[in-house]
Amino acid sequence: MNSNETQSSSTTTDPQPLTEAEMISRIIAGERELFYDLIKPCERAVFLTAFSVLKSEADAEEVVQEAALKAYKALGSFRGEAKFSTWLVKITLNEARMRLRRSRVESEVSLEDFVGDGDSDYTPAVLTDWREIPSEALERKELRALLRRGLDELPEKYREVLISRDVRELNIEETAQLLGISIGMVKTRLFRARLMMQKIVAPELRAQGKRYTRG
Amino acid sequence: MVLDCKHVWREISNYIDGVLDPSVRASMEEHLAHCRHCAAVLDSTHNILYLIADERTFTLPAGFSERLHARLESELEKSEPASR
Repeated sequence: MNSNETQSSSTTTDPQPLTEAEMISRIIAGERELFYDLIKPCERAVFLTAFSVLKSEADAEEVVQEAALKAYKALGSFRGEAKFSTWLVKITLNEARMRLRRSRVESEVSLEDFVGDGDSDYTPAVLTDWREIPSEALERKELRALLRRGLDELPEKYREVLISRDVRELNIEETAQLLGISIGMVKTRLFRARLMMQKIVAPELRAQGKRYTRG
Repeated sequence: MVLDCKHVWREISNYIDGVLDPSVRASMEEHLAHCRHCAAVLDSTHNILYLIADERTFTLPAGFSERLHARLESELEKSEPASR
C-alpha cells in the first residue's frame, strides 16, 4: 500500500497524532471537521478505484464525493475490522459500479462483456529488444497520456485488477478481497491485463523511445 | 522442463510477481537467456508496470481535494453520522 494511504493523522488543534479509531469516535461525537483529516490520506486510492471502473476523471470525482458522504453517514456502522481506507475504497467501488450499470443502456452491450476469463492464449507485442524508459521520462505529458490511454483500452475487469495491483500496489490477496474475486481469478486477469497493456503500449513506447531515453 | 514462447508469455505475470514454482522459474530463466523476443516481452512489460506505478502517471485532477472538501462542507452541515 502506498505511503499516502496511512491510517492515522493529526489535527491542527491536537499535537498528538490521533489513531483512526479515536478520530472516528470524535467525528461521531460531533467533531465533523476531523472527517476531512480521516479521508485525506485515502483520496488517491478512492479516486483511482472509481477511475478504474468509470474511465472518466469527472465521473470518478463525483463518485468519490458521493462515496465520502455515504461513508460519513454510515460511520457509526464502521466496526474497525478493516482499515477505514479499505472500507471507503469498497464503498467507492460499489458506487462506481452502480453508476456504470445505470449509465449503460440495456441494449448497448459492450464488447468487453464477451471477454471471458478462460485459459485462451494471449499474444503480446513481440519485439526484438527493449530499451528501458526511465521514470524521469514521466515528466513528459505525452508519455503519461500514452500509459493512461493504454489503461483506457482495457476491458473494465482487467483495468480494475491492473489499477488495484500495479497502480495502487495492493498485493494479490488485497486485490482479490477488494474486487470480490478469487486469488486465482486475480492472477488470471492480471496475466491478461498486463500482456494486453504491453501489446497496446509497448510498440508506441518503443517507437518514441529515443525521446524518452538518455543518449 | 523445456518451455516454449507461449508458455513463457503465460507465466510472465507470475514471474514478475515472484510466485512461480522454482523449477518453472529456472526453466523460464533458461528460455529468457536464449530468446531475445521473450526477454523483450518481459522487459517491456516490467518497464510499463514500473511506469504506471509511478505517482506522476496518475495524479489527482487539479482542485480535486478542494472540491471534495467544499462538497462535504456543504452536505455535512445537513447531516450527522449515524451513532454507534
